[in-house]
Amino acid sequence: MTEQTETASRTPLMILAWLWVGLPFAYGVYELLLKLSQLFSG
Amino acid sequence: MPEDGQKLISHTSGGFLSRSRTIAPPTWSRWLVPPAALSVHLSIGQAYSWSVFKPPLEKALDLSGTQSALPFQLGIVMLGLSAAFGGPLVERNGPRWAMFVSMVCFASGFLISALGVATSQYWLVVLGYGFVGGIGLGIGYISPVSTLMKWFPDRPGMATGIAIMGFGGGALIASPWSTQMLGSFGTGTGGIAETFLVHGLVYAVFMSLGVLLVRVPADGWLPKGFNPAKSAAKALVTTANVSARNAIRTPQFWFLWVVLCFNVTAGIGILEKAAPMIQDFFANTATPISVSAAAGFVALLSLANMTGRIVWSSTSDLIGRKNMYRVYLGVGAVLYLIISLWGDSHTVVFILCALGVLSFYGGGFATVPAYLKDLFGTFQVGAIHGRLLTAWSVAGVLGPLIVNAIADSQKAAGKTGPDLYTTSLYIMIGLLVIGFLSNEMIRPVKDKYHEPPLVTVDEPGTLATPQGGS
Repeated sequence: MTEQTETASRTPLMILAWLWVGLPFAYGVYELLLKLSQLFSG
Repeated sequence: MPEDGQKLISHTSGGFLSRSRTIAPPTWSRWLVPPAALSVHLSIGQAYSWSVFKPPLEKALDLSGTQSALPFQLGIVMLGLSAAFGGPLVERNGPRWAMFVSMVCFASGFLISALGVATSQYWLVVLGYGFVGGIGLGIGYISPVSTLMKWFPDRPGMATGIAIMGFGGGALIASPWSTQMLGSFGTGTGGIAETFLVHGLVYAVFMSLGVLLVRVPADGWLPKGFNPAKSAAKALVTTANVSARNAIRTPQFWFLWVVLCFNVTAGIGILEKAAPMIQDFFANTATPISVSAAAGFVALLSLANMTGRIVWSSTSDLIGRKNMYRVYLGVGAVLYLIISLWGDSHTVVFILCALGVLSFYGGGFATVPAYLKDLFGTFQVGAIHGRLLTAWSVAGVLGPLIVNAIADSQKAAGKTGPDLYTTSLYIMIGLLVIGFLSNEMIRPVKDKYHEPPLVTVDEPGTLATPQGGS
């Protein structure tokens, strides 16, 4: 296997790893933005 | 045999958790390391949302506010102690071992707490979440630091900024999640115990990604196009290494300790009293701030704190660490001055200045590992970082103490509005100026503190490249 192919074979792992941490983080930021809106509506 | 004066580092094979089993193959992508670090930091950052559990615990176990704060307080103390004293172990055993220990301690802390609540034995909650979980916080906090800087020698500020931003993000996730879970399971002893149990299990699974994914670069590995000689030509950046033991004997370590301590004290000063402060500032104006708007302001500060960690830390890779701290401390002092002089003139002035201060607070946390790497090298930077975090513990007491004590005494003296905070704001300005001067005192570390050149040995009698290592 060439180096380029091996690097490409890491792509699914890369996507999974970033989604693993990215999705909960996005949820946290979304909840924060909901609270933040109170500053402008309150 | 190695030459005289060279230090021998043995890479013997070991179990799954050993450093030798985590050496990355040549095709490994360094962009897989930040998610590994984030899986740990996003989890342990939960500590800052402990307040969610306080009211239900007080009601279910008949506790006072002081008692219900004990698990968090012990947890933060243990964070400082385990980061300070566990650093050398983390350096010796590697990031996978450290992340595993962090995962076991942090998750076990919740499981022991679940047992404690279910059996109405509150001391088990203090022991579990505070003591056992607190060890997980400290070891987890420093676990990815030196690994990230070895993978990103060209952008160490950005790399550690990502991880330390994760610590800020942990509370953003845990706070609404824990609240929803308590809403589903109930706030009696059974419901709280179930909530703790689920937290322990979910965090164990979530953190296991870090344990499985983390890799250290092979000796001598460097990113494409990176020239260490060019990087070392920058002021204060060293290619030498200083041990944790020697680092604390240098004036640079203690100047940086003061810098971190006072930068954090100034940030916590606002963060601690953010909601009442903005309400008091505009209480006697035409635009008073409601309770819900104040809660929104606190959320905005959290966002600034988190964003500052990645943005300013990455900026430090471009302008240098010393210049970055000049901004945090110098501009921070000016922003505090504007708040104290004209903070009540308009909400926009107050909010923008507070945002700046909080972004510098987060940036100060995130940039310090890279500053340490510049001064002391990557050899034991995780352990040195652990010892520096004692400045955080001191600031955690100092900041709220100053602001609360002064606000209380001013209130007792019959003062209202911004007058409650004027003295504290001037004290914060003074602390930032001392921090600024302390930063100016930082010079390159003297050669006498440097370690002898590293020599790695894979098999007895075989010398390998001196790069990388540790």
